[in-house]
Amino acid sequence: MSNPASRENGVDGPITINGETVRAIDEIVKRYPVAEAALLPVLHKVQDQLGWLPVSALDWVAKRLGLPKTRVYGVTSFYTMFKRQKPGKHRIEICTNISCSLLGAEHLRDHIAKKLNIKPGETTEDGRITFDEVECLGSCGTAPVMLVDDKFYEKLTPEKVDDVLDKLNKDDLEAGGND
Amino acid sequence: MAKVTLTIDGKTVQAEEGSTVLEAASAADIDIPTLCYAKDLEPYGGCRMCIVKVEGIRGMPPSCTTRVAEGMKVTTEDDEILQARRMVLRLLMADHPSDCLSCPANLECELQALTKKLGVREHGLIHLDRQATLDESHPVFIRDMKRCILCAKCVRTCNEVVGAGAIGLINRGHRAEPAPFLGTGIKFSNCESCGECVEHCPTGALYYREPGPEPDYEVSTICPYCGTGCGLVLGVNKGKVIRAKGDPDNPINQGHLCVKGRFGSYEFVNHPDRLKTPLVRKDGELVEASWDEALDLVVQRFKESKGDKFAALASAKEPNEDNYIMQKFARAVMKTNSVDHCARLCHASTVAGLAASFGSGAMTNSIEDMEQAEVVLVTGSNTTENHPIIGNRLRHAIDKGTKLILFDPRDIPLAGKAVIWCRQRPGTDVAWINGLMHVIIEEGLADLDYVRERCEGFEAVEELVKSYTPERVSKITGVPAQDLVEAAKLYASGKPATIIYSMGITQHTTGTDNVKSLANLAMLCGNMGKPGGGVNPLRGQNNVQGACDVGGLPNVYSGYQKVTDPAARKKFEEAWHTDLPAEAGLTITEILEAAEKGEVKALYIMGENPMLSDPDVTHVEKALKATEFLVVQDIFLTETARLADVVLPAVTFAERDGTFTNTERRVQRLHQVIPPLSGCRKDWEIICDIATRMGYPMSYESESEIQDEIAELTPSYGGITYDRLDRGDQLAWPCPTKDHPGTPILHTKKFTRGKGKFFAIEYISADELPDKDFPMVLTTGRILEHFHTGTMTRKSKSLHALVPGPYVEIHPADARHYKIRDGEKVRVSSRRGSIELIAKVGRVDRGLIFIPFHFFEAAANVLTNPAVDPVAKIPEYKVCAARLEKSA
Ligand code: SF4
Ligand code: SF4
Ligand code: SF4
Ligand code: FES
Ligand code: FES
Repeated sequence: MSNPASRENGVDGPITINGETVRAIDEIVKRYPVAEAALLPVLHKVQDQLGWLPVSALDWVAKRLGLPKTRVYGVTSFYTMFKRQKPGKHRIEICTNISCSLLGAEHLRDHIAKKLNIKPGETTEDGRITFDEVECLGSCGTAPVMLVDDKFYEKLTPEKVDDVLDKLNKDDLEAGGND
Repeated sequence: MAKVTLTIDGKTVQAEEGSTVLEAASAADIDIPTLCYAKDLEPYGGCRMCIVKVEGIRGMPPSCTTRVAEGMKVTTEDDEILQARRMVLRLLMADHPSDCLSCPANLECELQALTKKLGVREHGLIHLDRQATLDESHPVFIRDMKRCILCAKCVRTCNEVVGAGAIGLINRGHRAEPAPFLGTGIKFSNCESCGECVEHCPTGALYYREPGPEPDYEVSTICPYCGTGCGLVLGVNKGKVIRAKGDPDNPINQGHLCVKGRFGSYEFVNHPDRLKTPLVRKDGELVEASWDEALDLVVQRFKESKGDKFAALASAKEPNEDNYIMQKFARAVMKTNSVDHCARLCHASTVAGLAASFGSGAMTNSIEDMEQAEVVLVTGSNTTENHPIIGNRLRHAIDKGTKLILFDPRDIPLAGKAVIWCRQRPGTDVAWINGLMHVIIEEGLADLDYVRERCEGFEAVEELVKSYTPERVSKITGVPAQDLVEAAKLYASGKPATIIYSMGITQHTTGTDNVKSLANLAMLCGNMGKPGGGVNPLRGQNNVQGACDVGGLPNVYSGYQKVTDPAARKKFEEAWHTDLPAEAGLTITEILEAAEKGEVKALYIMGENPMLSDPDVTHVEKALKATEFLVVQDIFLTETARLADVVLPAVTFAERDGTFTNTERRVQRLHQVIPPLSGCRKDWEIICDIATRMGYPMSYESESEIQDEIAELTPSYGGITYDRLDRGDQLAWPCPTKDHPGTPILHTKKFTRGKGKFFAIEYISADELPDKDFPMVLTTGRILEHFHTGTMTRKSKSLHALVPGPYVEIHPADARHYKIRDGEKVRVSSRRGSIELIAKVGRVDRGLIFIPFHFFEAAANVLTNPAVDPVAKIPEYKVCAARLEKSA
């Protein structure tokens, strides 16, 4: 059994919820008869600001709504759209749906995973890259495809993938190291 | 409540409006199978075992959530229903381990019983092994989630009944399971270890590490720990008490228990360390002796020490009967009124303060009544830990809409439930209470009609609090002015509002002032004598109320009849056929002082352990050692007993009958569960034996006969008899006559003293404030898992496993300042002494440290200040100056 303060639980120091978010939350809460009903939209608002939901955010929401922490945690564990891991600086998403899959996307997925030394859904140790496998990206004609941040890379081969990853590294280094 | 008529399986049934079909059926002896239903939980409708057919309703609704209606026609069983129920079972079995024989719940499992009953042998589906958490972090119970059927009873119990909210359902589908926050081990969560979830689990998913054998028989009695007074059902196997369950028929706990009641209430009873034979000091050593030898010695020495040379300590742990006999012995045989007990150390200021304000020094309203309050002001009471079942009921009330105002410097569990939480500096209570009154009067929120009609002395208070502006009070107390204003307005808005307090208010040199101030506040808003209102001191010990009621105090006989009142004295002289001393006796602290000076030569202590419980214990030790002849009567060789000249082995609560009076003045019956262990005797029998040997014959057939004598001489207990208690009468004193129903709420028509009296009280600071040498404020108290001096709880394996030893709570910023890490050994010193213990970072405010006083190896009371309240003589346990440093 792990201790509550373990890394996989996203313990990440104190957070500040800004005034705008607080105001938006107060508005939301007013619209519901009981605080518990407002839980989903409130979590969304907090995630919008922070980009994810660290433990301190769950704590904050529980206190704000007067709910048991376990209730808030339970809800975030039920819905996959709540991010409980801090996302990396870059986001790589590879499609593994039918067209891409037929053209070797799974092989590419494993290739990337090996190169980054993480599993899909995880973030590299240095916090630079979050890698995930996603459903159809709507570019079946140029399969296999992947999305890096907001940019499409099409008709992928392992070499092409290597090039993209190397370039990402180089850009980051020039931009001042991998902070 | 209106009744509706419906038919269930062709039978005409009457049921209360709003009740469920399941309840109506069960009242008519029609059995419907269930898995997620529990009597004490809200209807859930999760398992679908209880489905029925209702004419005119499509499908098969669950009977546990369907409300009865006039003319409803219900079928509880037919082929289709059975088919559906079997399907539910098959689906549950499909991902359930099929190894009943090695399951801890084998033969007690509700799932197993139902599959047998409905004849489901194979599930016939593709088997899926549940991948679920095995949580072995807790020392007392195990959570094996692969056997979980997701009935959510544990989660609902923990949220609805206990109010801890330690577990919730997480994940979804096949991976769903109940889990604590972040899915960590339950031990690391805010779980309060009450075991209610385990009790409610229908399968082997939650089970005790050491379930113990099945009892041969069970007896209901009362928990020996806190003043809540929960009903226990103790199970006995081969003559030994082996388990405790909550008594569902007791109106206070309704079948629920806290961690102490469940695991700590019996483990000490058959503990091998129990004293089984008298001990007599010979050549400096305590050696075994016969009862005759020990008592002869006691009698000889007591005979030489009559009058002021003798003093006795009664006990807040012992039943009413024994306390009554002890004070009678001191007064009638030893001719002294110097009999006191540890109530002096917890609520003496309550008794003094509330008696002055209202005329009666006890909780004014009942526990149940608290749930009717719109607003609850809690101060100086860590209710969740020290009166857990009251704490649970309070959380329940809050969930149902009661608003909580909390004044407490520590981040106690209730803080998370408060609308307003103010962290006052310890020792500044009079100031913030005056501040609240200032705001209430300024804002025109006082109930002046009530004040005019029912109270007196208001003008002086009105004048005095003028200067207690929020700004000034904020400076004294450290509470933001705005919060004070909000708190005042919220309290005044509660119609009714109640006040709950405990030792955070009483254990100060200004204890009596604090109590009177709370009384002022309650009267100001017209909250006295009403359901859901009142001023409610939670009494710490199981029978501290009773021990005071029956005269375990130096200035009063039973029923608070003054020893200095000639009429009262005459009455007792006639009843006891002897002359009685006319002057009030010494209090606990004074007794010890007199003992040290050699003025008190013989001291008789029954069931108390001043070596841990009294302030400045280094001093206590000196006093006890200086006492020429010390007799200690107890169940274990306590720290105090080790210093005795004669030790007499007594029985525990489980080996006897008797009565305890709980915090709400309710007199409850103890039932003998096992016969006295060989060698041990009941306290009252021992005292009677000594009295008789001294030439004053005292003999009673039973506890019941003593209670009759108490009733005869004590107006407020006049109508309380064992017959009535055994019949199930719920009697809160005053209960003057045999047909009186008891008085759950005091002061309804007028105050006991006539008019409620306001006292104008200025704030004065605590006796010892932090300075350069001792820069921290030390406060002390109890924790959930242990009780008082630990004599009983520390003998419990389970409680010991949960909290094995002493610690000090430190604020994170202070920890950084002193370079102390969580779990490190530190030294805490005061002007009186110094102890070493483990640091626990968190909970307290900056500049404050908290030490629980249960642990002899680092006794908090080595440090505490013996300065006392001038009126009530209660010591200031809650504030002293201390120094903190890393251990060398
Ligand atoms: S033991 Fe009590 S507090 Fe802990 S999870 Fe179970 S019900 Fe909740
Ligand atoms: S652990 Fe037991 S009580 Fe809790 S949901 Fe599972 S089966 Fe029900
Ligand atoms: S709340 Fe008090 S009386 Fe009730 S079980 Fe716990 S310790 Fe015993
Ligand atoms: S299947 Fe990959 S983009 Fe559509
Ligand atoms: S008992 Fe009714 S649905 Fe579970």
